[in-house]
Amino acid sequence: MSQKLVIIGAGMASGRALEELIKLDPTAYDVTLFNAEPRGNYNRIMLSPVLSGDKSFDEIITHTAEWYEENGVTCRFGEKVAKVDRDRKVVIAENGDEVPYDKLMFGTGSNPFIIPLPGHDLDGVIAYRDLEDTNTMIALGEKPDAKAVVIGGGLLGLEAAAGLALRGVDVTVVHIMGHLMERQLDEAAGYLLRKALVDKGITVRCSANSKEILGEDGKVKALLLDDGTELPCDLLVMAVGIRPNTVLAKESGVMVGKGIFVDDQMITSDEDIVAVGECVEHNGAIFGLVAPLYDQAKVVAKTLVSQEATFVQKEISTKLKVTGCDLFSAGDFADGEDREDIVFRDPARGVYKRLVLKDNKILGAVMYGDTADSNWFFGLIKDGEDISEMRDTLIFGPAFQGSAPLDPMAAVAALPDDAEICGCNGISKGDIVAAINAGAHTLDAVKATSKAASSCGSCAGLVTDLLGVTLGDGFKLPEKEVVCKCTDLSHDDVRKLIIAKSLKSIPQAMQELDWKTSCGCHVCRPALNYYMVCAWPDSYEDDGKSRFINERVHANIQKDGTYSVVPRMLGGITNPKELRAIADAADKYNIPTVKVTGGQRIDLLGVKKEDLPAIWYDLGEAGMMSGQAYAKGLRTVKTCVGTDHCRFGTQDSTGLGIKIEEAMWGAWSPHKFKLAVTGCPRNCAEATCKDLGIICVDSGYQILVGGAAGLDLLEAQLLVQVPTEEEAIEISCAFYQLYREGAQYLHRPYKWIKKVGLDWVKEQVVDDLDNRKALADRFHFSQQFYQVDPWAERAKKGKDAHEFAPMADFTKVAAE
Amino acid sequence: MSNFIDIGSIDDIPARGARLVRTHNGDIAIFRTAADALFAVDDYLPGKAGPLSNGIQHDNKVTDPMYNWVFDLASGQALGADEGAVQTYPVKCEGGRVLLAASAVSGAVAAE
Repeated sequence: MSQKLVIIGAGMASGRALEELIKLDPTAYDVTLFNAEPRGNYNRIMLSPVLSGDKSFDEIITHTAEWYEENGVTCRFGEKVAKVDRDRKVVIAENGDEVPYDKLMFGTGSNPFIIPLPGHDLDGVIAYRDLEDTNTMIALGEKPDAKAVVIGGGLLGLEAAAGLALRGVDVTVVHIMGHLMERQLDEAAGYLLRKALVDKGITVRCSANSKEILGEDGKVKALLLDDGTELPCDLLVMAVGIRPNTVLAKESGVMVGKGIFVDDQMITSDEDIVAVGECVEHNGAIFGLVAPLYDQAKVVAKTLVSQEATFVQKEISTKLKVTGCDLFSAGDFADGEDREDIVFRDPARGVYKRLVLKDNKILGAVMYGDTADSNWFFGLIKDGEDISEMRDTLIFGPAFQGSAPLDPMAAVAALPDDAEICGCNGISKGDIVAAINAGAHTLDAVKATSKAASSCGSCAGLVTDLLGVTLGDGFKLPEKEVVCKCTDLSHDDVRKLIIAKSLKSIPQAMQELDWKTSCGCHVCRPALNYYMVCAWPDSYEDDGKSRFINERVHANIQKDGTYSVVPRMLGGITNPKELRAIADAADKYNIPTVKVTGGQRIDLLGVKKEDLPAIWYDLGEAGMMSGQAYAKGLRTVKTCVGTDHCRFGTQDSTGLGIKIEEAMWGAWSPHKFKLAVTGCPRNCAEATCKDLGIICVDSGYQILVGGAAGLDLLEAQLLVQVPTEEEAIEISCAFYQLYREGAQYLHRPYKWIKKVGLDWVKEQVVDDLDNRKALADRFHFSQQFYQVDPWAERAKKGKDAHEFAPMADFTKVAAE
Repeated sequence: MSNFIDIGSIDDIPARGARLVRTHNGDIAIFRTAADALFAVDDYLPGKAGPLSNGIQHDNKVTDPMYNWVFDLASGQALGADEGAVQTYPVKCEGGRVLLAASAVSGAVAAE
């Protein structure tokens, strides 16, 4: 005959304990489940996605009414327990009902801590704990111009703030410490997080002390800070921490400290009473994250069926569930004399990674912006692994260790079976592989049968990799965009590694990055050559053999094997001398077609290859240089006549166009780069479909970027308006450099912007003045080495002469 | 088949570069690979690809500059999905001189 088990509290921990118990022995107990909330167990950590609108409440229900019924659980939801009488072993419900038990489980969870500020009991002051709180916040979002203040810049407070902001609420986060999430993040990562939140429209006030909550007619009106600042709000959310809910346990005489004391078997001071979850205290620690709770649930279930089990506290890692803020933290990352840091920063991408080492072991890790390798680092922390051998490349993650192939799958394949993949549910690699081998061949099937990736979902990528590793050819991995078949790396990987490993030539890069072919192919060679040109402008020797023919011979090949020649005309301005020289050249070299181009230049089409140096020489004598109409690089700056002649012109658009072209000619970039400067919004120079366009207005210069008028047709978007020419030129150069440094080869700016986001670009070249200047400086530095007329080098100095003349000509020999 | 004709110095062709030899039968591209192997093939596959001497070389292959066909330099065969082949010619290097089969330039290409 079954014994009677009463569970008080239907939360995530007791819910999981119930599942484990039913799995072990479905007939061991008749279960009665009390819950003060009028509903069963739901995935409380997914309230944030409910708040942000990514999920509905139904989607986060863990146990449905049917589930309870199928498993014979008697539910008493919406009923509080008034008293536990341990002598008679009965639980007394609020309505006086007595329910006898053989075993009792406390799963009473925790209560949000409410700071006893004056006014904390006003209407509109809430915590962030349950569905009611969530619904209150959602309702606020429906009010126009609603304002909210969140006290607490920890995990929960920030998720609340981000959710509210997404609902259209004007949110201010008030945090008492100097930076956000100080328990999980160091200052640098806290700074990046703050920046990301500010970009989402959230106001963040750190080092801010709350003094009083002000109200009106019993309803919250504002939060008053120590320094006298008043922050008006319609809702005030306190998310400053939780306290174990021990009231009932204490009243019933069970030993209680901060939480309900439990031993390693989760048994309280009364051997018939167990406790699990946020209400317990184990070895002096209390628990707020879900992973240890699930461990406890397993242990308590085994204890209830008299199996041996021991709860062991483990290292805990944290991830924040706010879209666009990728952060990870684990272990101990306080500074210390005997500790060393390895830090990687990529300010342009907003990436920060820091490892804290002691005695060749990783003590702690903080990552922001790129957390792809976090599980690997977390494993190293947990296992206390000696990292001395891979120290040099440690920060780049598992893919770059030793001679292991640079296959992202290899890193996953190399993980030991006990490596934890799903932190929420404590699911190891071994568990997942077992589930896959048992027939779970899709991500959804793995979620359903192993629980991995079923809570916060941040390990879904790794689970997918494991599917690939385990099933081999039987599973089609989502494609990673690699450069070409010569490598498993993406363009971003390659660019990052060229800098990080200081790779200064194509052969070196291919060697160090484990290229699969001996010398690449027509896809990767030009990309690598460009990445080298951009990364090492002063030292890299351009490899013409890695360039397409047009860039190798500085002219455009035509379908009959002849070439076209376009001299540069800054801003589209020419003069009689240049035009005479062009006319003479056209006569002298029998040019069949002379055409005006879309970029306001003159194109001589049909030039024989062996005539190229000679025609360049003639054009050079008249003061003209290569128009680089063949380059993945700066092409033309189109202009209108501006104030010089036009009655509508507002600024000297021609002059500005010439200045910009003077600054930029000769630069290489991932793809061609076309500009226009137009003197008024009538836009005669067609600036709104250029990679960078400037529209002159009375008050200054509007700079637009990311336009396209080729295969794709896109209107350029406003980057910024500035008052002076000088700033317009600096921003143009900074933008070009940002694109040159960041975009993948053969991506025009609009494609790159689509990837990184215009907001980020604005941050880099508009908001951050230091960064803008640094970008412009790097551009000008590079230009010192690249503003050399390639035509003059070939026409006058004999460079690459072998390109232009045949090695032997037997047509003449035979004619003799 | 053993007649070769001296067309120039090996130094006239940069590594991973190519030079042209003009003949009455059309242009022949002479390739020198990164590993110093020499190949001679027709510069054009008429109507399909070329001038191959303008392509990007990698291993013993060249990518056509017009339509990205990839040719194996030893066999002249187009690789991958493309079908076709360019004529190949014997070529070798002796004492720093590049020697091309005389038949390639003689006007009447000998059947081998």
